[in-house]
Amino acid sequence: MAKMMTGYDAVAEAVKACDPDVIPAYPITPQTDIVERISEMVADGELTSEYVRVDSEFNAASTALGASAAGARTFTATCSQGLKLMSEPLFSASGMRLPLVLAIANRSLSAPLSIWGDHTDTFAERDGGMIQFYAEDVQEAMDNIAMAYRVAEDEEISLPALSCLDGFILTHVQEKVEPFSRKEIREFLPERSPVHTLDPSDPKTMGAYARPEHWTETRYEVHQAQLKAKDKIAEAVEEFANIFDREYGLGYNGLLETYRAEDADVLLVALGSVCGTMKYIVDEYRQRGEKIGIVRPRVYRPFPTEELCEVLEDAEAIAVVEKDISLGYQGGLAIDIKSALYSNGSRIPILNFIVGLAGRDVKKDNIKNIVEQTKELRGKLPEDIEFGKEERWEPLRTELLEDDKK
Amino acid sequence: MTDDPYKNLKISKGAVVKPRTSLVNKTGSWRSERPVVDHEKCVACGNCEKFCPDMAIKETEEGKFEVDLDYCKGCGICAEECPVKAIIMKEEEK
Ligand code: SF4
Ligand code: SF4
Repeated sequence: MAKMMTGYDAVAEAVKACDPDVIPAYPITPQTDIVERISEMVADGELTSEYVRVDSEFNAASTALGASAAGARTFTATCSQGLKLMSEPLFSASGMRLPLVLAIANRSLSAPLSIWGDHTDTFAERDGGMIQFYAEDVQEAMDNIAMAYRVAEDEEISLPALSCLDGFILTHVQEKVEPFSRKEIREFLPERSPVHTLDPSDPKTMGAYARPEHWTETRYEVHQAQLKAKDKIAEAVEEFANIFDREYGLGYNGLLETYRAEDADVLLVALGSVCGTMKYIVDEYRQRGEKIGIVRPRVYRPFPTEELCEVLEDAEAIAVVEKDISLGYQGGLAIDIKSALYSNGSRIPILNFIVGLAGRDVKKDNIKNIVEQTKELRGKLPEDIEFGKEERWEPLRTELLEDDKK
Repeated sequence: MTDDPYKNLKISKGAVVKPRTSLVNKTGSWRSERPVVDHEKCVACGNCEKFCPDMAIKETEEGKFEVDLDYCKGCGICAEECPVKAIIMKEEEK
């Protein structure tokens, strides 16, 4: 039965249904409510997990890694600076092929200090071998936890997975969701069967030293597992739809979803909750007969290269709208999409809009401005956009800048 | 020298290996200073063994604390932690 739930409640409920053995926890806004809610479940006896109150995020991720090495199903959550502190053990977890599932309540990184949301934190972890899911709404944030476990713990994959939901926008908003029970989850999510486990009666060394003659191949295997995860995500969304009757990008292997994209000549690409506002604007344009659509990657790593090429190839102009910037170049998503499309022979002009950093609202007018600027590029080529002008800030309050920076 | 366990090593998932494979990596060659234990002064407290980050100091059967120079990297922590200054660091010569 549907219930009104905040994003943090929904994630905690999902974790309860997935029933991890070990949950190391350390608070950070706006994630705190997830582990706080879980601690209540443990205290009330609803969840029998070992709840470990650790002294830092480094310790949280390390404890999860150790527990995973011993064969346990684990969960932890964090964001922002906390994710930075977890970064080192998370890179190790992927190299050691240890599945961990984390909920990330996406938030910006200092400085300046900000407690509000954007995607800077998880984009900074891009190259660490972690699978990255992005949810558009509370229901998806909940469902992605179950899918993250299934894919991460698959014997062939064995990697950490970050299940991302926009800080505050999704963690603290109430939406109607269909919760799932432990009984239903058992059908979808098999027990973990670890490849190797730490066991004193059969000692082995994990995360050992590798010489130059071996390191490359271990990294290559992590890369192969990432690519293989695409098939596993495709299987997971299909199975999920069968059991729970909720569909996530079935036509695109579960890696992306589209909205009114089929015949669109202008396509907006974005991750997460901002797509809700974008749908509203797209409907307005469609009412006037203008062919605008949305493509929303659900997964950023592994990167849905083929699926994006397929869905974007007939557009006349593309706007990549994102809440991060690789300082000194462009937004990370735009960089990857250009690389995928242009190496596939595409000649579609692409603009990159940096929006919603550190919780700045992305308003209807911002989306309209983005659509209008992108519409102007129809019928043009990538080289028609002046080099260095592909990336635009929507909006940039130039009145706040010192005079010589305008 | 023992057979190199890294030779033709196949990579298991997560590069999990049998213990003690790293024994072939003789890190003693990294050392620029060596610890020398003065057994007259030593009171066998075991501090040096506890603090050595490379587990390169071991208690012998006679109850003496000896440095395994195959693995000692010469960090000097043992000398620092010895309460009776029984360990001095001596520069290695070529
Ligand atoms: S110098 Fe360092 S490595 Fe060598 S025995 Fe002393 S503590 Fe151990
Ligand atoms: S720390 Fe000093 S006194 Fe103690 S066992 Fe080592 S050498 Fe001997």
